[in-house]
Order: sequence, then structure tokens, then C-alpha cells
Amino acid sequence: MDKFETLTGIAAPMPLMNIDTDMIIPKQFLKTIKRSGLGVNLFDEMRYDADGNENPDFVLNQPAYRDAQIIVAGDNFGCGSSREHAPWALLDFGVRCVISTSFADIFYNNCFKNGILPIVLPKEQVDALMEDAEKGANVRITVDLEAQTVTASDGTAYPFEVDAFKRRCLLEGLDDIGLTMEKAASIDAFEETAAQARPWV
Amino acid sequence: MSAPKTLYDKIWDAHLAHQAEDGTCLLYIDRHLVHEVTSPQAFEGLRMTGRTVRAPDKTIAVPDHNVPTTWDREDGIDNEESRIQVEALDKNAREFGVHYYPVNDIRQGIVHIIGPEQGWTLPGMTIVCGDSHTATHGAFGALAHGIGTSEVEHVLATQTLIQKKSKNMKVEITGKLRPGVTAKDITLSVIGETGTAGGTGYVIEYCGEAIRDLSMEGRMTVCNMAIEGGARAGLIAPDETTFEYVKGRPHAPKGAQWEAALAWWKTLYSDDDAHFDKVITIKGEDIAPVVTWGTSPEDVLPITGVVPDPAEFDGGKVDAAKRSLAYMGLTPGTRLQDVDVDAVFIGSCTNGRIEDLRAAAEVVKGKKVKDGIMAMVVPGSGLVRLQAEEEGLADIFKEAGFDWRLAGCSMCLGMNPDQLGPEVRCASTSNRNFEGRQGRGSRTHLMSPAMAAAAAVTGKLTDVRELN
Repeated sequence: MDKFETLTGIAAPMPLMNIDTDMIIPKQFLKTIKRSGLGVNLFDEMRYDADGNENPDFVLNQPAYRDAQIIVAGDNFGCGSSREHAPWALLDFGVRCVISTSFADIFYNNCFKNGILPIVLPKEQVDALMEDAEKGANVRITVDLEAQTVTASDGTAYPFEVDAFKRRCLLEGLDDIGLTMEKAASIDAFEETAAQARPWV
Repeated sequence: MSAPKTLYDKIWDAHLAHQAEDGTCLLYIDRHLVHEVTSPQAFEGLRMTGRTVRAPDKTIAVPDHNVPTTWDREDGIDNEESRIQVEALDKNAREFGVHYYPVNDIRQGIVHIIGPEQGWTLPGMTIVCGDSHTATHGAFGALAHGIGTSEVEHVLATQTLIQKKSKNMKVEITGKLRPGVTAKDITLSVIGETGTAGGTGYVIEYCGEAIRDLSMEGRMTVCNMAIEGGARAGLIAPDETTFEYVKGRPHAPKGAQWEAALAWWKTLYSDDDAHFDKVITIKGEDIAPVVTWGTSPEDVLPITGVVPDPAEFDGGKVDAAKRSLAYMGLTPGTRLQDVDVDAVFIGSCTNGRIEDLRAAAEVVKGKKVKDGIMAMVVPGSGLVRLQAEEEGLADIFKEAGFDWRLAGCSMCLGMNPDQLGPEVRCASTSNRNFEGRQGRGSRTHLMSPAMAAAAAVTGKLTDVRELN
């Protein structure tokens, strides 16, 4: 997994609430057995018409936002299924950070496993960043994970909270399976005790 | 005396394998359910790192999302990508030595239907699967939730999950339900009340007389959609109904182990005075048969209602409702019962169990599917199909004009050929009405099996209580 330290980039505004994982990556693209190559189908049914032509109204098709690395989104981004294809598609497109007032639980966790930082901010701050993002390609938003701040184009910095363990894994690009395997002795001990207490499991 | 605990607290505590100083926990996983869509990259990850499956005996695999439901499926899967994905599961299951139900095994079915059916799902367990509807298993008083593919790999390799504890939420449904009101109406009504983000950060425990009165099938329907309310998991404390369902299942404990298990299971309830961070109470008698009108599961109204005006909402919901109505092709003020449907889907992990098929069959018995309506019933598992055939339900459906299919996820998400075309309106017993869910441009109205059956007969959204 790539490290995430700081990111300065174009932010695409997507104010719609409840953007679900079916919108992020529709089911016909879940048949892959790989993690890569999904970026071209990110937001497929919003981004293209039924014949595969780009919908010029969709934000990521507009010249200003084609290279967006940040999405500022409406409430409850990523609701729906557990498909990790959603963060895979975002990452493959080039998005490394999503900012919203809230995220669905599984999507939120999936982001961290793929070097994407989901940031939760209060409504008025998301609104301010949305307005900033709507200004287009001349505006850059900066995210600093070490400092835990998002800085708008006018220099206003908004602090955000993030779980300490998840933050460390992103900053250092750590493989959490490897970290857990270092605790094998604890897992062995638990298994032994549990096998006696609940032998039917 | 120790502090009072919720059911969630008790299961959590019994599975805590390690706790770091920063509060990060390793939760031990008792059952890991695996299907073909979210697992290939996880098995590939194991191969690339030279890791193995730590507990193959606790890992159960089945193909369900991609499988055809037509009667010729023994001949193989036409779509190449789907076939490759199912073949990959086949190979991975055999190579890593996990329990496996291949496509043509009569026990094959939707992963959340066969787990309970085979007795893999037991009270007090921790259960995960790379599928958000894993919440279903919470009906047994098991802590069950969906995970992503990276977490699937983590569980395969370590049999644990890195977790932070969620908050406790209680959803109490008091008193009795009115006639014609089902578990699906309960779970949709709760989401209508809390919204799709109302449960975010929580594990929900459903309780109250109306929940106690439900069968296991009904309880599974309720917990299945906990995720649609944003919750990590839904739980119902196990009781005699649960024990009766579990007893004698192929992988349920037997003899002395049954007695030992039962003794522990009977301790699995929330203590009096246990702390809940959020409490929602709904009177059972206030719940009506409901349908969804929009493209979010929170867009719920009684069937007696009318399509809402977006101006009735606040904030971001105004634009969301406008977009939903444009997508759904609905005009504010239209009576829901005047909305014509083109298709009916009865099935899914939400409503593909025997009781669901009985409820739908009771409505259509002696009646016909209205001309021009495409109606299908997809049993949740091969064993549900067999039972329905033995009980004569399949004949009722077929005589009425329904297509009777083999088991799978089918038109709930349309990863197999069971998809709807643009602007096709469907009365569906599934769990998500998102844009494009059942096929690009398709329009989904969620409802109970009885209500979907009634829609098949009349060709429009219908109040099942008024169908003669």
C-alpha cells in the first residue's frame, strides 16, 4: 500500500447525499479477479450514457476536474455494499482523499486498506470546502495527515480526527496482516481458551 | 457484581483476542463465509505473500452472486467473467481446503441463507463475510457483519479482525403487528425512521414483543437490512425460537455439546440497566405495509401514501429526492397504489427463505400474474427450493405464471443474467433500491413478499390487505 502523508490537489465537488457503492462502481465491474483497472469505470452510470459516451455534465468529465485527487461529497458517502472495488476504482482514477460529513462504515474501513484517506468534518466545514472545490482547477486543497488538517485555498485550516492506528498504517504504508501476525501468540492463546469454553464452535 | 452488559458487549468480550494500548482490538472470528465476488483478490494476496488460511474448518465458501438461476445452469456459465470468478472460487476453496458448496450441490444457495440452514450460524458467534448483508446472521444473537476484500484476506490469514468497538443502539418494536404487516415492513419502517446513516457507528439490538413474536426467518429479514440503516450489525437475543431452529442442523452441536452450548446461549441477552447510547421505540401497531418510492432504502412510505414532494424535505434531501423522483419516473402527489409495475422479483438474502415463499404463495394461490408482467421467484437455496416444491408452493407459483428458478442472488443485484432494462419498474423483495441496482436505469420498489405477490396479480403497487 502507498503511504499517505500530504496531498495537494484538485477537489471535485459531489454534493449529492447518499452516494452509494453501486454508483461508485456498478455491479458489472465486480466480476474482475484483479484490484486494478477499475478507474475508467468509476461512477460509470453517472459518467457515461448507455452508449458509453461521456456525460458532459458529470463533474469528473469537466476539464477542471479530470485530474481531481480529492472528492468533497454529500452526507453518507459510500453507503451500500462491502465491495472494495469502490475504493479500488477511486484509487485507480487517482482519488486519494474523500471529504464528507459521514461515511458508511465498511467503505470507510476499506479506504484505509488502500491508501485512501476518508475525512469526516462538520457540515459547515464540508460546505465551505464544497464551495472552494466548485471554483475549479485553479483551486488546490491540501491535506496533511501528519498534522491532521485540511487547508482550503484561502489558507483556512480545518483539523480532523482519525483513529491513531489507521493513521499510522497510512502514514507508513503498513501491511496490517503482517502486524496482526506478530500477535500470533495472543491468537493461539485465545484459540486454546475458547476451544475449552466453547468446544462446539 | 460486574457492570451490566448489552448482548453486543457480551459477544465482544468473549471474542477479544488482543487489545493494544491505543484501544485497537483483535476480534476472533468464529465463522468466515466466502463468496466468489469479494474473495479472489484475497486468496491471491495469500498466494503472493506465502500465507495460508489459518482456520479452514471455520471457513465456508459458496458461489451465489454470479450463478445463473435458469434450469440449464449445469451446462455452465455463458458470461466469461462470471465463469472465471466462479472457477476461481472453486480452485481457491479446494486448494486452501475450506468447506465448499459448489454450484450444482443441492445445498448451494445465497451465503446468508445457507449459513443458518446448515447450522454454521450459531448464537454468540462472531461471523464475517465479504458482503454487507452478513448482518442477517445477527438474528441468532451472533455478531455478524460485512467486510471488504482486504479484511477477507486478513481473516483468512489470521482468523481475526482489527476492530474498534461500536456504540450500542436499541430498537424496540413494542406490542403486536397488525394483520398484513411483516418483518420486512418492520425493518423498512425502522430505516424510514432513522435514515440510512442513522445507525452509523452502532450495533443495533432489535427487541420488543413484535420482534420476539417473529420466526427465525422474519428475524433474519429484520437483521439483514441493519446495514441499510448504516449499522455495523443487527442483533436479536437468542430464545426458544432460535434454539428450536438451530437444533438438529448439520453443523449444530449435538449431545453433551448441545447442552453446554445451550447453557451459554441462555446467558446471551442484554442485562437490565445495560447502557444503550441510542434508543428508538416504535409501536408495532403503528407499522403499516410499506413500499419504497425513491432510490434510497430510507425512502419508505405506507402503501396508502402518495409520492412525496421534494419540497417537504430539508437540506441535501431536497435535491436527492428530486433526483430520485426523476430517476423513478414518479410525480409528487401520485397515489402509490396507482403506480404500475412491469416486473416482480421474489427472492434474495432478505426474503428468499421458505416462510417468504409461503407468504407470497398464499397471496397468489388461485390467481394469475397480470398479463405483461415478468414475475420470478428465486429460492434462497437449493434446499429452500426443494422444500417449496414438496409443499406445493412451486406449483402455485408456476400455475399463476411466475418463473420458478434455481437458487442464487439473482435480480437483487443482477450480476448474473437476471437483470432489468431501463425504466422497467419492479416490485422487489430485495434490499436495495439504488440507481441501477437491478439493471441500468431500472426502477426498484422494495417491499415484503406478500406485497410483491399482490403487485404481480394486479400489475401495480398494491395494499395486500385489500386484495381479495
